[in-house]
Amino acid sequence: MTHVAILPILLPLFGAVMVLFAKVMSHKTQQALSFALTTLLVFLNIWLFYTVLTKGGATYQLGNWEAPFGISLVLDGLSVTMLLLTSVLALASLWYAVITKIDGANVHFHVLFQMQLFGINGAFLTGDVFNLFVFFEILLIASYSLLLYGHGRERTKAGLHYVVINLVGSTLFLFAIGTLYGILGTLNIADMALQVSKLHPDNVNVVAAAGLMLLVVFGLKAAMFPLYFWLPGAYARTSAPVAALFAIMTKVGVYSIIRVHGTVFGTEAGYLSFFHAPWVLFLGILTLVLAAFGTMSAKALKEQVAYLVLGSVATLLIAIGINTPQALSGGLYYMVHSTVVAGGFFLLADTLASLRGKYSDSIEKTPPFGRMIFSGSVFFAFAVAMAGMPPLSGFFGKMMILSGALEGEHVGLVYTTVLVAGLFVIIALTRTGSQIFYDTSTDEPFLKEQVRFSQFYPALSLLLISACLVLFANPISTFTDQVAAMLYDTKGYMDFVLHPTMEGR
Amino acid sequence: MEILIALIIATLAGAGIFLTLKARTYPIVLGLTLLAYAVNLFLFSMGRLQVNMPPVLREGVSAYTDPLPQALVLTAIVISFGMTAFVVVLALRARHELGNDHVDGVEIMHKAGENQ
Repeated sequence: MTHVAILPILLPLFGAVMVLFAKVMSHKTQQALSFALTTLLVFLNIWLFYTVLTKGGATYQLGNWEAPFGISLVLDGLSVTMLLLTSVLALASLWYAVITKIDGANVHFHVLFQMQLFGINGAFLTGDVFNLFVFFEILLIASYSLLLYGHGRERTKAGLHYVVINLVGSTLFLFAIGTLYGILGTLNIADMALQVSKLHPDNVNVVAAAGLMLLVVFGLKAAMFPLYFWLPGAYARTSAPVAALFAIMTKVGVYSIIRVHGTVFGTEAGYLSFFHAPWVLFLGILTLVLAAFGTMSAKALKEQVAYLVLGSVATLLIAIGINTPQALSGGLYYMVHSTVVAGGFFLLADTLASLRGKYSDSIEKTPPFGRMIFSGSVFFAFAVAMAGMPPLSGFFGKMMILSGALEGEHVGLVYTTVLVAGLFVIIALTRTGSQIFYDTSTDEPFLKEQVRFSQFYPALSLLLISACLVLFANPISTFTDQVAAMLYDTKGYMDFVLHPTMEGR
Repeated sequence: MEILIALIIATLAGAGIFLTLKARTYPIVLGLTLLAYAVNLFLFSMGRLQVNMPPVLREGVSAYTDPLPQALVLTAIVISFGMTAFVVVLALRARHELGNDHVDGVEIMHKAGENQ
C-alpha cells in the first residue's frame, strides 16, 4: 500500500520513454505498447479506486521527507475519481486515434500522449502548490505539441494563442506562489490551510490577493470568463482524439479550484473562509451565458461542441460557487458526466466530418451521406446527454446541482441562468441536428464517403459510460456525497496529510 | 535594497506586459522572457533579502537565508527556458505558415491602406 499513490505518475512517465524507444522497432509496436499502457493505467486506477473506497485514501511522501517539508502526493476520493476519469477518456481517445490512423502522421504522437497523461495524473495527485505548477507545465507542454500535431494555418494560429496565453498564466501562477510562500512560508496545501487559519490580520489582504491571482490562473485553465477566448479556437481546430482528451484539461483547472481554494480558503480559513466562492459563482454564471450564446452562433459542429465544453465548465464553476456540499457533490457527478460525454461528442463530430467529405463539420445543407440514420441516432443520444435532458446523465448532474443550490444564496439567479442556458443549448443542438440530418438537398448526388463502423466504437463506449452513470446513479451519488463532505472537512485533510500515522482513517 | 529590487521587478514586469500586448510574435517572445525574469527575481526575493548568509542550518548558525525559494527559482528558470524555446520555434512556424508575424496572421488593414 505504501508506494501505490505514485504509480499513476510513474506508469505514463516510464511508458512514454518505452514508447519512444519502441519507435526503432515499428509503428505497430508503438501503437500496441501505448494501448497496453493506457489499458494498464485504467485497471490500475480501478484498483486504486477500489482501495480508496474500501480502505480510505493514502498519502505518499516523496523521498520519505516529512509532510510539510517534502513533496506530498495525496490519493483521496476526489483525486482517484479524476485519475480514473482521465484514463478512461484517454483510452477512448487513443482507440479513436489508432482506428482513424491520425497517429500515423507523426511518429511521436504516442510519446506525447503518454507525457500528457503523466502531467494530468501528477496534477491530480500532488498535494503541493509548486508541484502543481510543475505538473501544469508538463501537461501544458505536452498539450502544446499535441494541439499543433498535424498541420494547417488555422491550427498554428489557434496554437500560438493557446501557448502565449498559457505562458502568461504560468507567470501569474509563479507570482501567486511567490506571494503565498512569502507570507505563509510553506507550499504544502494542507500546511498552507493550517497557516491561513493562524494568519496575522495584517497579512489577510495580501493572502487574499494572492488567492485571487491563483483563481485567475486556474480560471484560465478552466476557461472561466473572461479568459475563455482561447478555448473554442484551440479545441475546434485540433485533431479529434486530442480535442477529446482535452475535455479533461479544463477540468484540471476546476479540480485545482476545488482542491487549492477549497482547502486553503476552506472552513478553517476564518476571515478568508470561501472568500473566492462569490467570484466563482458570478464568473461561472457569466461564462454559462456566453457559452450558451456561443453554442447558438457556432457555424461548425466541432466549434459548437467546444462551446458545450465551455458550458459544462461554467456549470461546474456555478456548482463550486454555490458553496454547499450538496451542490459540490452534484458538481462532481456532473464533472464525470460532462467530461465523458464531451469527449465522445468530439469523436462523433469528427466521424461525421469524415462522412460528410468536403462539407466537413459545417452546419449547412448537404446531400445525404453514408450511415446517416445510425450517426443521426448517436448524435441524438449525445445531444440529449449534453443538453442535460432525461434519461441520460446530464439531467441527473444538473438536478443534483440545482437541488443543492436551493440551500445556497442567489437561488433565483442560478436557476434562471442554468435553465435558460439549457434551453438555448437544446435549441442550438436541435437546429444542428435537423440541419445536418434532415435538411438535405437531393439535387446533388449522394456523398460517397464511407467510414469503418469501428470508428463509432470509442464514442459509443463513452456514451455507454453516460448510461451507466444513470443506472448506478444511487451508489455514485452516495460516493460523491462522501467526497464532497470530505472536501468540506479541511481539518480532516490537514490531519490526513500532515500526520500520516492517521492513514486510512 | 528592497526598494531597488522592487523597482527592478516592477520595471521588468511592466515592460514584459507592454511587449506581450503587442500584436507581433517577436515582441511577445521578448515580453514573455522579461516576465519570466521578473517572476524569477520575485520568487527569489520572497525568501527575504539576506546578504552573506549560509543557506543551510548547521551547529552554531542562527541567521540563515531560506534555501527553498532558490530551489523554486532554479525550477522556474529551467521551465521558462524550455517554454521560451518552444514559443520561439512556434513563432517561426507561424511566420512560415501564415506569411507574416502578426499573431492573427493578418496584416492590420489601415496599415495596408497607408502603404498604398
